[in-house]
Amino acid sequence: MALVLSEDAQLVRDQALDFFREKSPILALRKLRDSADPTGFSRELWREMADLGWTGFLVSEDAGGSGFGMVGLGQVLEAAGRTLAASPLISTALIGASALDIAGTPAQKSAYLTSLLSGDTITALASEEGSHHNPAAVAATARPSADGWVLDGRKTFVLDGHVATLLIVSARTAAGITLFLVPAATQGVTITRRLMADSRNAALVTLANVHLPAGALLGTDGGGTALLDRLLDRARVGLAAEMLGSACEAFDRTVQYLKDRKQFGVPIGSFQALKHRAAVLFAEIEVTRSAVLAALTALDEGAADAAALASLAKAKANATLNLASSEGVQMHGGIGMTDEHEIGFFLKRSRVAEITFGSTGFHRDRYAALNGY
Amino acid sequence: MSLAAFRTETRAWLQDNCPPLMRTPAPADETVWGGRNPTWKHPEQKLWMDRMAARGWTLPTFPKQYGGGGLSLEQAEILGEEMRALGCRAPLQGMGQTMLAPVLLEYGTEAQKQEHLPQIIRGEIRWCQGYSEPGAGSDLAGLQSRAVLQGDHFLVNGHKIWTSNAHYADKIFCLVRTDPTAKKHEGISFLLIDMAQPGVRARPIRLISGASVFCETFIENVQVPRENLLGELNKGWTIAKRLLEHERKSIGGIGDRAGGLANTPAWELAKLHAGEQDGRIADPALRQDIAAYAIDAAAFQLTRKRAADEAQAGRPPGPMSAMFKYYGTELNKRRYEMVLAAEGVQGVGWEGDDFSADELRWTREWLRSKANTIEGGTSEVQLNIIAKRVLGLPD
Repeated sequence: MALVLSEDAQLVRDQALDFFREKSPILALRKLRDSADPTGFSRELWREMADLGWTGFLVSEDAGGSGFGMVGLGQVLEAAGRTLAASPLISTALIGASALDIAGTPAQKSAYLTSLLSGDTITALASEEGSHHNPAAVAATARPSADGWVLDGRKTFVLDGHVATLLIVSARTAAGITLFLVPAATQGVTITRRLMADSRNAALVTLANVHLPAGALLGTDGGGTALLDRLLDRARVGLAAEMLGSACEAFDRTVQYLKDRKQFGVPIGSFQALKHRAAVLFAEIEVTRSAVLAALTALDEGAADAAALASLAKAKANATLNLASSEGVQMHGGIGMTDEHEIGFFLKRSRVAEITFGSTGFHRDRYAALNGY
Repeated sequence: MSLAAFRTETRAWLQDNCPPLMRTPAPADETVWGGRNPTWKHPEQKLWMDRMAARGWTLPTFPKQYGGGGLSLEQAEILGEEMRALGCRAPLQGMGQTMLAPVLLEYGTEAQKQEHLPQIIRGEIRWCQGYSEPGAGSDLAGLQSRAVLQGDHFLVNGHKIWTSNAHYADKIFCLVRTDPTAKKHEGISFLLIDMAQPGVRARPIRLISGASVFCETFIENVQVPRENLLGELNKGWTIAKRLLEHERKSIGGIGDRAGGLANTPAWELAKLHAGEQDGRIADPALRQDIAAYAIDAAAFQLTRKRAADEAQAGRPPGPMSAMFKYYGTELNKRRYEMVLAAEGVQGVGWEGDDFSADELRWTREWLRSKANTIEGGTSEVQLNIIAKRVLGLPD
């Protein structure tokens, strides 16, 4: 595994950086927030992203995608993280596309994949039930019915839930945790948008006596834990890539501010107390970049240590974005506390992203478990 | 020869030539330093050094004409991988190899390269570093040791400190002031001085670990031939800085070295001393701390790999190499703190039968590790360098 971007990945990276810088600067997120936009992202831009092929990076070629892989999608997500762009990249292009590509039956693929690739179908993973990431804590139930399944349960933190047309729901059957494809319009499904500090989409989903056909089962009955693990590892690493982009941007803006802002007649960046903290942050960002690239690569190669690297990358991205966003606000001083300045958006995004798909503590513990301690 | 063929051949050669004892982790007191009066605990150490040196593999990428291995970077990488796979000890270590040789190759005259490089590669001369002085630590360029050119030789008077292993070294590469009227960076020269002569004296300094690896070195009215000037007169600071880059690389890579703790991770010690529950460290706080350290250590190793991979792919060097010394040494200190935390009482023993030899050694290695973020430029100096050169923050 060489930790170098291929020329193709480099091209995607450059293209994505230009795309988000031009079409989705932080101002776009601010407008979505201030106008209380009911969708929470721009459908027009999402269709453009689909046209660029990003929805198909994790879909194999015979299913209509490009199979370009996680390293490629990671470049797009990192670029999106730079401008804090709101989009269904993770909920749909990453998790939804992976779920259908890995575990979908031919019927499920033909029902959903084409419209996912075109940007019409938005998917959302409904697995969390508490306030802390714990994919194993599933109280939602699925019991067999005459012609399929009946689901009941409550899901607390469903990204893009209120705009999704298709939910991927974890529920417990007699055989164990199992995943189901649940069209959002199914009777008994109630979806309530939750407004989060980062102005990004999340929802509360309740399932009450939801009747599904037999064909709604994704993967195998009782096979949800392993499948969810695979999907979540991709999601963790993809989100870590996005967070790396956000950390880089918060850091670049802060270093620029240290050069521009004068106090005592000199740029504040000439003070050693701030120089050292900036240099420490630089080092943390560099090691995080290596961890993210290694994890993306390991997932594409199906490496044996991909799960451990996923936890490593998410733990590192959590800690680094936490530091970059906190230091960003502190070093900007009073102006950093204002809503008018954009540095605060990074702080708010950081904390939501940190708890998504596992906090730092969760991934340290998982890393330890995967390494035998 | 293809890289695959090189790997096959190298593996076979190592299997045939590396003595079994040299495939076990080397305790700190079995490092092979070479020199005029080498000490051998086992005959295999000398056998292994000589065999590797005969192929030039004690400096594998150096040109063959100076006794080096003549390997490409890719081949050297393969050699390293195969040595690690077999658990081979480093055949020879020292400042001659890691610090002086690269600058000799870059700045030395043909005669200097012919004289010194083969001696370093064959382990015949042990070098030490004459940089710091009592009044010149982080402010290294403030050094006051003097060298006055008198015809065909320099007359040198000076006082160096933290000269590692100077009491065992044969020669010292030394920064001296040759123009006291110039600005402090512009009056320094780089001299190669033989220590086996009257007027050169090394006095060991007892450290917090109880060991005395560092010395004070006194140089009084010593004549040094003019041809032992490396580079130009008064241009020594450029060489000094370049050598520091090599030093930082070698200190930053400290966690890579075989031996010592490499085979006993902190989590194993934690299970042993803090107890085990369902196959895991029983104390969840300790487990979190060790995992946090292990994650940072792994991410750092991946960063070193990324830098090597980028170089191999012909990409321009990224800015990350500026942080290796800082991050690597801070990590090494954390590693020993984790070991101590894992061992509990057993980690802070000083002597006696209540403690195993390993435990007593680690207590001392823990103390030794504290120097990592001081020697070769403190962490604070490294952060200054990053802030200035990489981030472009103003003075």
